[in-house]
Amino acid sequence: MIKIEGLTKEFITDKKKPPLVAVNDLTLEVNEGEVFGFLGPNGAGKTTTVRMLCSLIAPTRGRAVVNNYDVVKHGQKVRACVGILTETPGMYERLSADKNLTIFARLYGVKDVPGQVEKYLRMLGLWERRFDEVGSFSKGMRQKLAIARTLLHEPSVIFLDEPTSGLDPEAAHLVRDFIDDLKKEGKTIFLCTHNLDEADRLCQRIGIFKSRLITVDTPDALRQRMFGRTVVFNLASLAPEWTAMVSELPFVTGVKPVDNKLVVDLKDPEAQNPVIIRRLVEAGAEVRFVGELRHSLEDIYLQTINETKG
Amino acid sequence: MNRIQTIIDKEWAEVFKNKMVFWTIVLLPLLFTAMPLIFIFVTSGDLIPSETSDMPASFATICGTASAKDCLQIYMINQFLLMFMMMPVIIPITIAAYSVVGEKATRSLEPLLATPITTEELLAGKTLASALPALAVTIVFFGIFVALTPLVGGTPGLMAYMLSPTWLIAILLVGPLMAIASTIFAVIVSSRVNDPRVAEQISAVFIVPVMLLLFGQLAGWLIINVPVMLIFSALMAAANVGLIYLAARIFQREQILTRWK
Repeated sequence: MIKIEGLTKEFITDKKKPPLVAVNDLTLEVNEGEVFGFLGPNGAGKTTTVRMLCSLIAPTRGRAVVNNYDVVKHGQKVRACVGILTETPGMYERLSADKNLTIFARLYGVKDVPGQVEKYLRMLGLWERRFDEVGSFSKGMRQKLAIARTLLHEPSVIFLDEPTSGLDPEAAHLVRDFIDDLKKEGKTIFLCTHNLDEADRLCQRIGIFKSRLITVDTPDALRQRMFGRTVVFNLASLAPEWTAMVSELPFVTGVKPVDNKLVVDLKDPEAQNPVIIRRLVEAGAEVRFVGELRHSLEDIYLQTINETKG
Repeated sequence: MNRIQTIIDKEWAEVFKNKMVFWTIVLLPLLFTAMPLIFIFVTSGDLIPSETSDMPASFATICGTASAKDCLQIYMINQFLLMFMMMPVIIPITIAAYSVVGEKATRSLEPLLATPITTEELLAGKTLASALPALAVTIVFFGIFVALTPLVGGTPGLMAYMLSPTWLIAILLVGPLMAIASTIFAVIVSSRVNDPRVAEQISAVFIVPVMLLLFGQLAGWLIINVPVMLIFSALMAAANVGLIYLAARIFQREQILTRWK
């Protein structure tokens, strides 16, 4: 659905200085129906990448194909089949919600303009306010209207640039639920976000990007690759010698005592947990419960970005 | 064509929601129409001199066999003709200068450029949305002027001159050409600057050719007649071709998006 090969974008800011490389040799594939999270710090080149993929700006080098259309050769066709939610909603504030959507539906060549406008205004809970000027809308309502605009022409590929940025928790939750619905409909979604929890919940794969693609995989695979798997053994009390006893086991890669808990790094907890539990019980420990510690996407992101800095 | 129509609808919906812009469009033609009517009314009595010695000698060729009174009215009204030529230049600048830079300021340009609209369609839509109201207003106010002239004391000789080829070429040919040229120029400027006020100020430069005609006639260097109007039309047509070519080259989506801060 999206195929990117060696995509590079350079900006000449000063003729005396070397060009600024915003996107460097990006190679990536996003499959049909996939929700792909594109994570990176501010200024990493995420928006530039999205603009290239939507045929808004041309790459300096490399190639990208979206929905079987080359972004350079078939710009108009690419723009017709993708939906883009820009970082700021950018609505016509003096016009009503209905008029805003009608304009874009006509520009996208939608056949049943009133029908599609009504469908999305109702879906996003804006139908009752359809004749109100957008200038009177809250930030959340504008964002919902911008989402409606993105989807009006039923695009097969959707680019969402910071869809919940600046929204209150309730509005952000609503937008996330809506993205989840799109995911269930099988839409291909390219999601740029700073909200790592959002990416973790919505995305099948994530790419961490800072001018170049640093890593790409499923959130769970990234966790395992970076941190292995960590199991917490919660005990009634913790004797100092039990930490040493567990760390001597050949398959244990790390042990850390925290209060009454032993935090143990393992490669295969399903096979190795029973052995540790047995040893602890034999040593006199009372095991209350055992659970796997899940590293957040934030941990993965920070570690990846810090490694890049190093 | 449908997308051009959509852009025109959008521009008009936005512009006419803003009452200040609406009055800016209407006030100027009102003034420019009232001024010559007041002049005709004032000069319709017996106060005017019967000699035409104050007028440039070359102007006598226009008057032909007309009386001195008719000739003076024709001479003075010929200066006001330039006001009717200024209307289609000044009015669209207000709309056109804001058209692109305004979209940059409200961040609505990127979603618009992300649609399948072509650069040519976008420029045509923006240009026509600004030029058409100006042309309509100019023609309507010229019609009002022609209708009211006899009522305020305009002589039959003056009426005949106002409906002569010189005026008709000015209103129906030069006016539209100037409106389109000034609008394209304003759209080009609007796409290059980051502040709507700067766009409006720079775009106003396009009034200079009309001012040159006005001062040229007042100084007696030229007389606005059919050949002058035809030459001016040809120059404006050439300017339009050049500006359309320039607009298509200058309006780079990428630069507009990436240079905007």
